[in-house]
Amino acid sequence: MSLLNELEGMYAVWLREAKIYVREKERLISSGVSPLLWIFGFGTGIGANLKYIEGYPYQVFIYPGIVVMAVLFTSLFYGIYIIWDRKLDFLKEVLVAPVSRTSVFAGKVLGGATDAMVQVIFLLIIGLLINIPLKPLIIIEAFLMLLLISVAMVSIGLVIGANLQSPEGFGLVINFVMWPMFFFSNALFTLQNIPAWLTTLIYFNPLTYGVDAVRGIILGINHFPFYIDISVMLVFSVIMMVLGVLSFRRM
Amino acid sequence: MVIKTEGLTKKYAKLTALDSLDLHIKEGEIFGLLGPNGAGKTTLISMLCTILKPTSGKAWVNGFDIVKEPAKVRKSIGIVFQQPSVDDLLTGRENLAMHNLLFGVPRAIRKQRIDEVLSLVNLEKRADDLVNTYSGGMRRRLELARGIMHHPRILFLDEPTLGLDPQTREHIWEYIVELARKESMTVMLTTHYMEEAEQLCDRIAIIDYGKIVVMDSPQTLKNQIIGDVVKLKQMIPDIEPIRQLDYVKNMQEKEGLLYLSIKDASKHLQDLLTHTGPIDFVEVRSGTLNDVFLHYTGREIREAEAEGGFWERVMKK
Repeated sequence: MSLLNELEGMYAVWLREAKIYVREKERLISSGVSPLLWIFGFGTGIGANLKYIEGYPYQVFIYPGIVVMAVLFTSLFYGIYIIWDRKLDFLKEVLVAPVSRTSVFAGKVLGGATDAMVQVIFLLIIGLLINIPLKPLIIIEAFLMLLLISVAMVSIGLVIGANLQSPEGFGLVINFVMWPMFFFSNALFTLQNIPAWLTTLIYFNPLTYGVDAVRGIILGINHFPFYIDISVMLVFSVIMMVLGVLSFRRM
Repeated sequence: MVIKTEGLTKKYAKLTALDSLDLHIKEGEIFGLLGPNGAGKTTLISMLCTILKPTSGKAWVNGFDIVKEPAKVRKSIGIVFQQPSVDDLLTGRENLAMHNLLFGVPRAIRKQRIDEVLSLVNLEKRADDLVNTYSGGMRRRLELARGIMHHPRILFLDEPTLGLDPQTREHIWEYIVELARKESMTVMLTTHYMEEAEQLCDRIAIIDYGKIVVMDSPQTLKNQIIGDVVKLKQMIPDIEPIRQLDYVKNMQEKEGLLYLSIKDASKHLQDLLTHTGPIDFVEVRSGTLNDVFLHYTGREIREAEAEGGFWERVMKK
Protein backbone atom coordinates (compact mmCIF):
# COMPACT_ATOMS: atom_id res chain seq x y z
CA MET A 1 0.00 0.00 0.00
CA SER A 2 1.54 3.29 -1.04
CA LEU A 3 1.95 6.32 1.17
CA LEU A 4 -0.24 8.38 -1.15
CA ASN A 5 -3.03 5.85 -0.69
CA GLU A 6 -2.74 6.10 3.07
CA LEU A 7 -2.69 9.91 3.02
CA GLU A 8 -5.73 10.01 0.76
CA GLY A 9 -7.55 7.58 3.02
CA MET A 10 -6.75 9.75 6.02
CA TYR A 11 -7.87 12.82 4.13
CA ALA A 12 -11.14 11.10 3.18
CA VAL A 13 -11.90 10.29 6.82
CA TRP A 14 -11.04 13.83 7.93
CA LEU A 15 -13.03 15.43 5.12
CA ARG A 16 -16.13 13.46 6.10
CA GLU A 17 -15.79 14.58 9.74
CA ALA A 18 -15.26 18.21 8.77
CA LYS A 19 -18.27 18.24 6.44
CA ILE A 20 -20.52 16.70 9.04
CA TYR A 21 -19.33 19.10 11.72
CA VAL A 22 -20.23 22.07 9.56
CA ARG A 23 -23.60 20.55 8.66
CA GLU A 24 -24.66 19.78 12.21
CA LYS A 25 -25.37 23.28 13.42
CA GLU A 26 -26.23 22.07 16.93
CA ARG A 27 -22.69 20.88 17.40
CA LEU A 28 -21.27 24.25 16.37
CA ILE A 29 -23.61 26.24 18.57
CA SER A 30 -23.44 24.07 21.67
CA SER A 31 -19.67 23.99 21.61
CA GLY A 32 -19.58 27.79 21.78
CA VAL A 33 -22.10 28.28 24.56
CA SER A 34 -20.64 26.42 27.54
CA PRO A 35 -17.21 28.12 27.61
CA LEU A 36 -18.97 31.48 27.41
CA LEU A 37 -20.97 30.56 30.51
CA TRP A 38 -17.75 29.71 32.32
CA ILE A 39 -15.97 32.90 31.33
CA PHE A 40 -18.85 35.28 31.91
CA GLY A 41 -20.92 33.47 34.52
CA PHE A 42 -18.37 31.69 36.68
CA GLY A 43 -15.45 34.03 35.97
CA THR A 44 -17.38 37.23 36.64
CA GLY A 45 -19.13 35.86 39.73
CA ILE A 46 -16.09 34.42 41.50
CA GLY A 47 -13.98 37.26 40.15
CA ALA A 48 -16.17 39.84 41.91
CA ASN A 49 -15.16 38.33 45.27
CA LEU A 50 -11.61 37.30 44.46
CA LYS A 51 -10.30 40.38 42.73
CA TYR A 52 -6.80 39.43 41.55
CA ILE A 53 -4.76 36.27 41.11
CA GLU A 54 -1.11 36.71 40.17
CA GLY A 55 -1.87 40.29 39.19
CA TYR A 56 -4.73 39.42 36.84
CA PRO A 57 -8.49 39.78 37.35
CA TYR A 58 -9.95 36.29 37.98
CA GLN A 59 -11.85 36.35 34.70
CA VAL A 60 -8.57 36.89 32.87
CA PHE A 61 -6.72 34.39 35.06
CA ILE A 62 -9.09 31.53 34.28
CA TYR A 63 -9.36 32.37 30.56
CA PRO A 64 -6.56 29.97 29.49
CA GLY A 65 -8.03 27.27 31.77
CA ILE A 66 -11.46 27.74 30.21
CA VAL A 67 -10.07 27.49 26.69
CA VAL A 68 -8.30 24.26 27.66
CA MET A 69 -11.52 23.05 29.24
CA ALA A 70 -13.43 23.66 26.02
CA VAL A 71 -10.78 21.69 24.14
CA LEU A 72 -10.92 18.92 26.75
CA PHE A 73 -14.70 18.52 26.67
CA THR A 74 -15.14 18.74 22.91
CA SER A 75 -12.21 16.43 22.21
CA LEU A 76 -13.17 13.74 24.71
CA PHE A 77 -16.83 13.74 23.71
CA TYR A 78 -15.86 13.38 20.09
CA GLY A 79 -15.18 9.71 20.86
CA ILE A 80 -18.92 9.09 21.07
CA TYR A 81 -19.31 9.56 17.30
CA ILE A 82 -17.23 6.47 16.65
CA ILE A 83 -19.86 4.47 18.55
CA TRP A 84 -22.70 5.98 16.51
CA ASP A 85 -20.77 5.47 13.30
CA ARG A 86 -20.40 1.84 14.15
CA LYS A 87 -24.00 1.43 15.28
CA LEU A 88 -25.35 2.95 12.09
CA ASP A 89 -22.78 1.03 10.05
CA PHE A 90 -21.25 4.08 8.42
CA LEU A 91 -17.88 2.96 9.70
CA LYS A 92 -17.95 -0.37 7.84
CA GLU A 93 -17.19 1.27 4.54
CA VAL A 94 -14.02 2.71 6.05
CA LEU A 95 -13.05 -0.46 7.90
CA VAL A 96 -13.15 -2.63 4.76
CA ALA A 97 -11.23 -0.13 2.66
CA PRO A 98 -7.65 -0.97 1.67
CA VAL A 99 -6.36 1.69 4.05
CA SER A 100 -4.47 0.94 7.28
CA ARG A 101 -6.18 1.46 10.61
CA THR A 102 -3.42 3.90 11.53
CA SER A 103 -4.57 6.18 8.73
CA VAL A 104 -8.22 5.77 9.68
CA PHE A 105 -7.38 6.64 13.27
CA ALA A 106 -5.26 9.61 12.21
CA GLY A 107 -8.12 10.90 10.07
CA LYS A 108 -10.53 10.62 12.98
CA VAL A 109 -8.09 12.38 15.34
CA LEU A 110 -7.71 15.23 12.88
CA GLY A 111 -11.49 15.37 12.52
CA GLY A 112 -11.96 15.68 16.28
CA ALA A 113 -9.14 18.20 16.57
CA THR A 114 -10.81 20.25 13.85
CA ASP A 115 -14.00 20.43 15.95
CA ALA A 116 -12.00 21.57 18.96
CA MET A 117 -9.89 24.08 17.06
CA VAL A 118 -12.91 25.76 15.47
CA GLN A 119 -14.05 26.33 19.03
CA VAL A 120 -10.62 27.63 19.99
CA ILE A 121 -10.73 30.20 17.23
CA PHE A 122 -14.11 31.34 18.48
CA LEU A 123 -12.79 31.62 22.06
CA LEU A 124 -9.67 33.48 20.96
CA ILE A 125 -11.90 36.08 19.31
CA ILE A 126 -13.88 36.38 22.56
CA GLY A 127 -10.53 36.72 24.35
CA LEU A 128 -9.61 39.70 22.21
CA LEU A 129 -12.96 41.30 23.04
CA ILE A 130 -12.47 40.95 26.81
CA ASN A 131 -8.95 42.36 26.71
CA ILE A 132 -6.89 39.22 27.15
CA PRO A 133 -3.38 40.22 26.06
CA LEU A 134 -3.31 38.24 22.80
CA LYS A 135 -0.62 39.24 20.33
CA PRO A 136 -0.29 37.48 16.95
CA LEU A 137 2.68 35.36 18.08
CA ILE A 138 0.88 34.43 21.32
CA ILE A 139 -2.17 33.38 19.31
CA ILE A 140 -0.07 31.12 17.08
CA GLU A 141 1.77 29.56 20.02
CA ALA A 142 -1.41 29.04 22.03
CA PHE A 143 -3.14 27.55 18.98
CA LEU A 144 -0.39 24.99 18.45
CA MET A 145 -0.27 24.05 22.13
CA LEU A 146 -4.06 23.66 22.21
CA LEU A 147 -3.87 21.51 19.08
CA LEU A 148 -1.45 19.19 20.87
CA ILE A 149 -3.77 18.99 23.87
CA SER A 150 -6.70 18.32 21.58
CA VAL A 151 -4.90 15.48 19.76
CA ALA A 152 -4.17 13.81 23.11
CA MET A 153 -7.76 14.21 24.35
CA VAL A 154 -9.40 13.13 21.07
CA SER A 155 -7.22 10.02 21.23
CA ILE A 156 -8.49 9.22 24.74
CA GLY A 157 -12.07 9.70 23.57
CA LEU A 158 -11.52 7.44 20.56
CA VAL A 159 -9.81 4.76 22.66
CA ILE A 160 -12.84 4.70 24.96
CA GLY A 161 -15.31 4.89 22.06
CA ALA A 162 -13.60 2.10 20.12
CA ASN A 163 -13.80 -0.21 23.14
CA LEU A 164 -17.43 0.44 24.10
CA GLN A 165 -20.67 -0.62 22.45
CA SER A 166 -23.22 1.90 23.66
CA PRO A 167 -23.38 5.70 23.71
CA GLU A 168 -24.85 5.53 27.22
CA GLY A 169 -21.83 3.62 28.46
CA PHE A 170 -19.59 6.15 26.82
CA GLY A 171 -21.37 8.97 28.65
CA LEU A 172 -20.76 7.26 31.99
CA VAL A 173 -17.13 6.41 31.39
CA ILE A 174 -16.22 9.77 29.93
CA ASN A 175 -17.58 11.58 32.99
CA PHE A 176 -15.11 9.67 35.12
CA VAL A 177 -12.32 10.85 32.87
CA MET A 178 -13.42 14.37 32.09
CA TRP A 179 -14.37 15.82 35.47
CA PRO A 180 -11.35 14.55 37.44
CA MET A 181 -9.08 15.79 34.68
CA PHE A 182 -10.71 19.18 34.81
CA PHE A 183 -11.07 19.65 38.58
CA PHE A 184 -7.77 18.02 39.54
CA SER A 185 -5.89 20.42 37.33
CA ASN A 186 -4.87 24.01 37.72
CA ALA A 187 -7.51 25.27 35.29
CA LEU A 188 -9.47 27.27 37.86
CA PHE A 189 -6.84 28.00 40.55
CA THR A 190 -3.11 28.30 41.16
CA LEU A 191 -1.08 25.58 42.81
CA GLN A 192 -0.38 27.64 45.91
CA ASN A 193 -1.85 26.92 49.36
CA ILE A 194 -3.60 23.72 48.31
CA PRO A 195 -3.44 20.52 50.37
CA ALA A 196 -0.72 18.00 49.61
CA TRP A 197 -3.10 15.22 48.46
CA LEU A 198 -4.62 17.53 45.88
CA THR A 199 -1.20 18.68 44.75
CA THR A 200 -0.20 15.07 44.18
CA LEU A 201 -3.31 14.39 42.10
CA ILE A 202 -2.74 17.54 40.10
CA TYR A 203 0.87 16.63 39.40
CA PHE A 204 -0.22 13.25 38.04
CA ASN A 205 -2.81 14.81 35.77
CA PRO A 206 -1.40 15.39 32.27
CA LEU A 207 -3.90 18.16 31.63
CA THR A 208 -2.21 20.24 34.34
CA TYR A 209 0.83 20.60 32.10
CA GLY A 210 -1.36 21.58 29.18
CA VAL A 211 -3.08 24.29 31.19
CA ASP A 212 0.25 25.46 32.57
CA ALA A 213 1.69 25.75 29.08
CA VAL A 214 -1.27 27.67 27.68
CA ARG A 215 -1.40 29.99 30.69
CA GLY A 216 2.33 30.53 30.37
CA ILE A 217 1.96 31.42 26.71
CA ILE A 218 -1.00 33.76 27.16
CA LEU A 219 -0.44 35.33 30.59
CA GLY A 220 3.20 34.56 31.30
CA ILE A 221 2.36 32.63 34.50
CA ASN A 222 4.18 29.29 34.67
CA HIS A 223 4.36 26.77 37.46
CA PHE A 224 6.58 24.33 35.58
CA PRO A 225 9.25 25.12 33.02
CA PHE A 226 7.77 25.15 29.53
CA TYR A 227 9.93 22.27 28.29
CA ILE A 228 8.44 20.03 31.00
CA ASP A 229 4.90 21.03 30.02
CA ILE A 230 5.43 20.27 26.38
CA SER A 231 7.37 17.03 27.03
CA VAL A 232 4.62 15.66 29.26
CA MET A 233 1.94 16.53 26.69
CA LEU A 234 3.94 15.06 23.82
CA VAL A 235 4.68 11.80 25.61
CA PHE A 236 1.08 11.54 26.77
CA SER A 237 -0.23 12.17 23.22
CA VAL A 238 2.03 9.52 21.74
CA ILE A 239 0.91 6.94 24.32
CA MET A 240 -2.76 7.72 23.67
CA MET A 241 -2.29 7.56 19.90
CA VAL A 242 -0.60 4.17 20.14
CA LEU A 243 -3.48 2.91 22.29
CA GLY A 244 -5.88 4.40 19.75
CA VAL A 245 -4.31 2.64 16.79
CA LEU A 246 -4.32 -0.64 18.71
CA SER A 247 -8.00 -0.18 19.58
CA PHE A 248 -8.87 0.62 15.97
CA ARG A 249 -7.09 -2.50 14.77
CA ARG A 250 -9.37 -4.61 16.94
CA MET A 251 -12.56 -3.05 15.57
CA MET B 1 -10.93 -19.82 -9.77
CA VAL B 2 -11.76 -16.35 -8.57
CA ILE B 3 -12.74 -17.55 -5.12
CA LYS B 4 -11.39 -20.71 -3.59
CA THR B 5 -11.69 -21.97 -0.03
CA GLU B 6 -10.14 -25.05 1.53
CA GLY B 7 -11.49 -26.29 4.83
CA LEU B 8 -12.46 -22.76 5.79
CA THR B 9 -13.67 -22.80 9.39
CA LYS B 10 -14.82 -20.21 11.89
CA LYS B 11 -15.46 -21.21 15.49
CA TYR B 12 -16.75 -19.10 18.32
CA ALA B 13 -16.68 -20.18 21.95
CA LYS B 14 -19.40 -22.80 21.61
CA LEU B 15 -20.62 -22.37 18.09
CA THR B 16 -19.10 -23.48 14.84
CA ALA B 17 -20.32 -20.79 12.47
CA LEU B 18 -18.61 -22.25 9.44
CA ASP B 19 -17.48 -25.84 9.28
CA SER B 20 -14.64 -26.79 6.95
CA LEU B 21 -16.02 -25.21 3.81
CA ASP B 22 -14.67 -26.01 0.33
CA LEU B 23 -15.83 -23.68 -2.38
CA HIS B 24 -14.74 -22.92 -5.94
CA ILE B 25 -16.22 -20.03 -7.82
CA LYS B 26 -15.44 -19.31 -11.44
CA GLU B 27 -14.83 -15.95 -13.00
CA GLY B 28 -18.00 -14.18 -14.14
CA GLU B 29 -20.27 -16.43 -12.14
CA ILE B 30 -23.22 -15.13 -10.14
CA PHE B 31 -23.16 -17.31 -7.09
CA GLY B 32 -25.91 -17.37 -4.46
CA LEU B 33 -25.65 -18.42 -0.85
CA LEU B 34 -28.93 -19.52 0.67
CA GLY B 35 -29.54 -20.55 4.19
CA PRO B 36 -31.57 -19.93 7.32
CA ASN B 37 -30.44 -17.34 9.83
CA GLY B 38 -27.24 -18.22 11.57
CA ALA B 39 -26.33 -20.71 8.84
CA GLY B 40 -23.00 -19.02 8.33
CA LYS B 41 -23.60 -16.94 5.19
CA THR B 42 -22.52 -13.60 6.60
CA THR B 43 -19.62 -15.26 8.41
CA LEU B 44 -18.37 -16.65 5.11
CA ILE B 45 -18.68 -13.31 3.32
CA SER B 46 -17.02 -11.48 6.21
CA MET B 47 -14.05 -13.80 6.06
CA LEU B 48 -13.72 -13.51 2.30
CA CYS B 49 -13.81 -9.72 2.71
CA THR B 50 -11.04 -9.98 5.35
CA ILE B 51 -13.21 -8.45 8.08
CA LEU B 52 -13.11 -11.71 10.06
CA LYS B 53 -10.15 -14.02 10.48
CA PRO B 54 -10.78 -17.76 9.96
CA THR B 55 -10.13 -20.14 12.84
CA SER B 56 -8.60 -22.61 10.41
CA GLY B 57 -8.53 -23.37 6.72
CA LYS B 58 -7.51 -21.23 3.79
CA ALA B 59 -9.12 -19.02 1.21
CA TRP B 60 -8.03 -17.07 -1.83
CA VAL B 61 -9.90 -14.19 -3.39
CA ASN B 62 -8.72 -13.08 -6.82
CA GLY B 63 -5.66 -15.23 -6.15
CA PHE B 64 -4.74 -13.45 -2.92
CA ASP B 65 -4.60 -15.16 0.45
CA ILE B 66 -7.24 -13.60 2.72
CA VAL B 67 -5.04 -13.82 5.81
CA LYS B 68 -1.66 -12.94 4.35
CA GLU B 69 -2.65 -10.36 1.76
CA PRO B 70 -5.77 -8.62 3.08
CA ALA B 71 -4.97 -5.26 1.47
CA LYS B 72 -4.74 -6.86 -2.00
CA VAL B 73 -7.96 -8.76 -1.39
CA ARG B 74 -9.68 -5.55 -0.35
CA LYS B 75 -8.57 -3.79 -3.51
CA SER B 76 -10.04 -6.60 -5.62
CA ILE B 77 -13.49 -6.63 -4.09
CA GLY B 78 -16.59 -4.50 -3.73
CA ILE B 79 -19.06 -5.02 -0.92
CA VAL B 80 -22.70 -4.11 -0.47
CA PHE B 81 -23.62 -4.69 3.14
CA GLN B 82 -26.80 -6.05 4.59
CA GLN B 83 -27.24 -2.87 6.63
CA PRO B 84 -27.11 0.45 4.82
CA SER B 85 -23.66 1.92 5.18
CA VAL B 86 -23.82 5.02 3.04
CA ASP B 87 -23.32 8.17 5.01
CA ASP B 88 -26.58 9.99 5.72
CA LEU B 89 -25.12 13.43 6.16
CA LEU B 90 -23.18 13.40 2.93
CA THR B 91 -24.64 13.71 -0.56
CA GLY B 92 -24.63 10.75 -2.92
CA ARG B 93 -21.76 12.26 -4.86
CA GLU B 94 -19.75 12.93 -1.69
CA ASN B 95 -20.21 9.33 -0.59
CA LEU B 96 -18.81 8.19 -3.91
CA ALA B 97 -15.95 10.70 -3.78
CA MET B 98 -14.99 9.40 -0.35
CA HIS B 99 -14.99 5.86 -1.69
CA ASN B 100 -12.68 6.91 -4.55
CA LEU B 101 -10.19 8.25 -2.03
CA LEU B 102 -10.42 5.23 0.25
CA PHE B 103 -9.99 2.72 -2.56
CA GLY B 104 -7.20 4.55 -4.33
CA VAL B 105 -8.97 5.27 -7.62
CA PRO B 106 -6.51 7.37 -9.68
CA ARG B 107 -7.22 11.08 -9.52
CA ALA B 108 -7.56 11.52 -13.29
CA ILE B 109 -10.54 9.16 -13.62
CA ARG B 110 -12.38 9.87 -10.35
CA LYS B 111 -14.96 12.26 -11.72
CA GLN B 112 -15.62 10.09 -14.74
CA ARG B 113 -16.11 6.99 -12.56
CA ILE B 114 -18.59 8.83 -10.36
CA ASP B 115 -20.64 9.97 -13.34
CA GLU B 116 -20.48 6.49 -14.85
CA VAL B 117 -21.90 4.67 -11.83
CA LEU B 118 -24.44 7.37 -11.08
CA SER B 119 -25.95 7.01 -14.52
CA LEU B 120 -25.82 3.23 -14.26
CA VAL B 121 -28.09 3.27 -11.20
CA ASN B 122 -30.10 6.29 -12.38
CA LEU B 123 -29.19 8.60 -9.56
CA GLU B 124 -27.74 11.51 -11.56
CA LYS B 125 -30.55 13.85 -10.67
CA ARG B 126 -30.36 13.24 -6.95
CA ALA B 127 -26.57 12.96 -6.72
CA ASP B 128 -26.16 16.28 -4.94
CA ASP B 129 -28.90 15.75 -2.35
CA LEU B 130 -28.09 14.52 1.13
CA VAL B 131 -28.54 10.78 1.45
CA ASN B 132 -30.97 11.22 4.35
CA THR B 133 -33.51 12.44 1.78
CA TYR B 134 -33.20 9.19 -0.22
CA SER B 135 -35.67 6.32 -0.16
CA GLY B 136 -34.57 2.82 0.84
CA GLY B 137 -34.28 1.74 -2.78
CA MET B 138 -32.19 4.77 -3.72
CA ARG B 139 -29.79 4.07 -0.86
CA ARG B 140 -29.36 0.52 -2.08
CA ARG B 141 -28.68 1.75 -5.58
CA LEU B 142 -26.13 4.20 -4.24
CA GLU B 143 -24.45 1.40 -2.30
CA LEU B 144 -24.36 -0.74 -5.41
CA ALA B 145 -22.87 2.14 -7.38
CA ARG B 146 -20.28 2.64 -4.67
CA GLY B 147 -19.50 -1.05 -4.46
CA ILE B 148 -18.52 -1.27 -8.13
CA MET B 149 -16.94 2.14 -8.64
CA HIS B 150 -13.36 0.98 -8.18
CA HIS B 151 -14.02 -1.81 -10.72
CA PRO B 152 -13.67 -4.76 -8.37
CA ARG B 153 -13.14 -8.24 -9.80
CA ILE B 154 -15.58 -9.65 -7.28
CA LEU B 155 -18.71 -8.08 -5.86
CA PHE B 156 -20.12 -9.32 -2.55
CA LEU B 157 -23.77 -8.60 -1.91
CA ASP B 158 -25.13 -9.42 1.53
CA GLU B 159 -28.93 -9.46 1.24
CA PRO B 160 -28.93 -6.79 -1.48
CA THR B 161 -32.69 -6.34 -1.58
CA LEU B 162 -33.71 -6.96 2.03
CA GLY B 163 -36.72 -4.89 2.98
CA LEU B 164 -37.29 -3.39 -0.46
CA ASP B 165 -40.58 -3.31 -2.31
CA PRO B 166 -41.01 -5.74 -5.25
CA GLN B 167 -40.48 -3.19 -8.04
CA THR B 168 -37.31 -1.83 -6.51
CA ARG B 169 -36.12 -5.36 -6.01
CA GLU B 170 -36.62 -6.18 -9.70
CA HIS B 171 -34.71 -3.03 -10.62
CA ILE B 172 -31.79 -3.94 -8.39
CA TRP B 173 -31.71 -7.40 -9.97
CA GLU B 174 -31.48 -5.82 -13.41
CA TYR B 175 -28.59 -3.65 -12.27
CA ILE B 176 -26.74 -6.60 -10.80
CA VAL B 177 -27.07 -8.72 -13.93
CA GLU B 178 -26.12 -5.80 -16.15
CA LEU B 179 -23.09 -5.01 -14.03
CA ALA B 180 -21.91 -8.58 -13.92
CA ARG B 181 -22.11 -8.77 -17.70
CA LYS B 182 -20.70 -5.36 -18.51
CA GLU B 183 -17.73 -5.56 -16.16
CA SER B 184 -17.46 -9.38 -16.35
CA MET B 185 -17.51 -9.31 -12.61
CA THR B 186 -17.97 -12.29 -10.36
CA VAL B 187 -20.86 -11.81 -7.94
CA MET B 188 -21.41 -13.61 -4.68
CA LEU B 189 -24.67 -12.84 -2.93
CA THR B 190 -26.61 -14.02 0.06
CA THR B 191 -30.36 -13.86 0.08
CA HIS B 192 -33.50 -14.93 1.82
CA TYR B 193 -35.55 -14.53 -1.34
CA MET B 194 -35.95 -17.63 -3.45
CA GLU B 195 -37.03 -15.71 -6.55
CA GLU B 196 -33.89 -13.67 -6.21
CA ALA B 197 -31.70 -16.74 -6.21
CA GLU B 198 -33.69 -18.28 -9.07
CA GLN B 199 -33.59 -15.22 -11.29
CA LEU B 200 -30.04 -14.10 -10.69
CA CYS B 201 -27.80 -16.98 -9.86
CA ASP B 202 -25.90 -19.30 -12.15
CA ARG B 203 -25.26 -21.52 -9.19
CA ILE B 204 -26.48 -21.62 -5.62
CA ALA B 205 -25.27 -23.26 -2.47
CA ILE B 206 -27.65 -24.02 0.34
CA ILE B 207 -25.82 -23.82 3.60
CA ASP B 208 -27.04 -24.84 7.02
CA TYR B 209 -25.25 -25.21 10.34
CA GLY B 210 -22.06 -23.93 8.73
CA LYS B 211 -21.97 -26.59 6.01
CA ILE B 212 -22.85 -26.71 2.35
CA VAL B 213 -25.86 -28.97 2.09
CA VAL B 214 -26.13 -28.88 -1.68
CA MET B 215 -24.66 -26.83 -4.51
CA ASP B 216 -25.81 -26.64 -8.13
CA SER B 217 -27.70 -24.53 -10.62
CA PRO B 218 -31.23 -23.57 -9.51
CA GLN B 219 -32.74 -25.55 -12.40
CA THR B 220 -30.88 -28.75 -11.57
CA LEU B 221 -31.80 -28.44 -7.95
CA LYS B 222 -35.46 -28.03 -8.80
CA ASN B 223 -35.38 -31.01 -11.13
CA GLN B 224 -33.91 -33.12 -8.38
CA ILE B 225 -36.83 -32.40 -6.12
CA ILE B 226 -39.06 -33.87 -8.70
CA GLY B 227 -42.15 -32.15 -9.94
CA ASP B 228 -44.95 -31.15 -7.64
CA VAL B 229 -45.54 -30.55 -4.00
CA VAL B 230 -48.59 -31.78 -2.15
CA LYS B 231 -49.31 -30.15 1.16
CA LEU B 232 -51.93 -31.84 3.31
CA LYS B 233 -53.21 -32.22 6.82
CA GLN B 234 -54.38 -35.60 8.08
CA MET B 235 -57.20 -35.74 10.60
CA ILE B 236 -55.51 -38.70 12.22
CA PRO B 237 -51.76 -38.25 11.79
CA ASP B 238 -50.32 -41.48 10.44
CA ILE B 239 -47.48 -41.29 7.97
CA GLU B 240 -46.62 -44.97 7.74
CA PRO B 241 -48.92 -45.86 4.80
CA ILE B 242 -47.70 -42.82 2.86
CA ARG B 243 -44.09 -43.68 3.42
CA GLN B 244 -44.59 -46.90 1.50
CA LEU B 245 -45.87 -45.25 -1.69
CA ASP B 246 -43.18 -45.40 -4.35
CA TYR B 247 -44.23 -42.18 -6.15
CA VAL B 248 -43.69 -40.10 -2.99
CA LYS B 249 -40.12 -38.96 -3.44
CA ASN B 250 -39.78 -37.07 -0.25
CA MET B 251 -41.78 -36.26 2.83
CA GLN B 252 -41.44 -33.52 5.42
CA GLU B 253 -43.56 -32.90 8.45
CA LYS B 254 -43.86 -29.42 9.81
CA GLU B 255 -46.34 -27.95 12.29
CA GLY B 256 -48.76 -30.83 11.72
CA LEU B 257 -48.61 -30.41 7.95
CA LEU B 258 -47.19 -32.94 5.53
CA TYR B 259 -45.19 -31.82 2.51
CA LEU B 260 -44.86 -34.51 -0.14
CA SER B 261 -42.76 -34.33 -3.30
CA ILE B 262 -44.52 -36.23 -6.05
CA LYS B 263 -43.50 -36.61 -9.66
CA ASP B 264 -46.89 -36.18 -11.25
CA ALA B 265 -49.33 -35.17 -8.57
CA SER B 266 -52.46 -35.00 -10.72
CA LYS B 267 -52.04 -38.65 -11.66
CA HIS B 268 -51.42 -39.94 -8.16
CA LEU B 269 -53.61 -37.70 -6.06
CA GLN B 270 -56.60 -40.03 -6.05
CA ASP B 271 -54.50 -42.94 -4.92
CA LEU B 272 -52.61 -40.85 -2.39
CA LEU B 273 -55.80 -39.78 -0.65
CA THR B 274 -56.89 -43.36 -0.17
CA HIS B 275 -53.72 -43.90 1.87
CA THR B 276 -53.85 -40.77 3.97
CA GLY B 277 -57.19 -41.45 5.59
CA PRO B 278 -59.58 -38.51 6.17
CA ILE B 279 -57.90 -35.13 5.62
CA ASP B 280 -58.52 -31.54 6.74
CA PHE B 281 -57.23 -30.05 3.53
CA VAL B 282 -54.96 -30.68 0.59
CA GLU B 283 -53.08 -28.33 -1.72
CA VAL B 284 -51.20 -29.21 -4.91
CA ARG B 285 -48.68 -26.95 -6.63
CA SER B 286 -45.59 -27.25 -8.76
CA GLY B 287 -42.27 -27.32 -6.94
CA THR B 288 -40.21 -24.19 -6.36
CA LEU B 289 -36.74 -23.45 -5.10
CA ASN B 290 -38.35 -22.92 -1.73
CA ASP B 291 -39.28 -26.60 -1.68
CA VAL B 292 -35.71 -27.46 -2.53
CA PHE B 293 -34.66 -25.39 0.40
CA LEU B 294 -37.24 -26.96 2.66
CA HIS B 295 -36.16 -30.37 1.48
CA TYR B 296 -32.54 -29.80 2.39
CA THR B 297 -32.85 -27.77 5.56
CA GLY B 298 -36.19 -28.90 6.92
CA ARG B 299 -36.99 -25.23 7.32
CA GLU B 300 -38.71 -22.71 5.16
CA ILE B 301 -37.21 -19.32 4.60
CA ARG B 302 -39.65 -16.63 5.47
CA GLU B 303 -39.23 -12.97 5.11
CA ALA B 304 -40.06 -12.46 8.75
CA GLU B 305 -37.04 -14.53 9.62
CA ALA B 306 -34.74 -12.05 7.96
CA GLU B 307 -32.42 -10.36 10.37
CA GLY B 308 -33.70 -7.03 11.61
CA GLY B 309 -33.26 -3.99 9.43
CA PHE B 310 -31.78 -0.63 10.15
CA TRP B 311 -34.48 0.63 12.50
CA GLU B 312 -34.84 -2.56 14.47
CA ARG B 313 -31.14 -2.43 15.17
CA VAL B 314 -31.23 1.18 16.26
CA MET B 315 -34.22 0.60 18.50
CA LYS B 316 -32.88 -2.62 19.99
CA LYS B 317 -29.51 -1.31 21.13
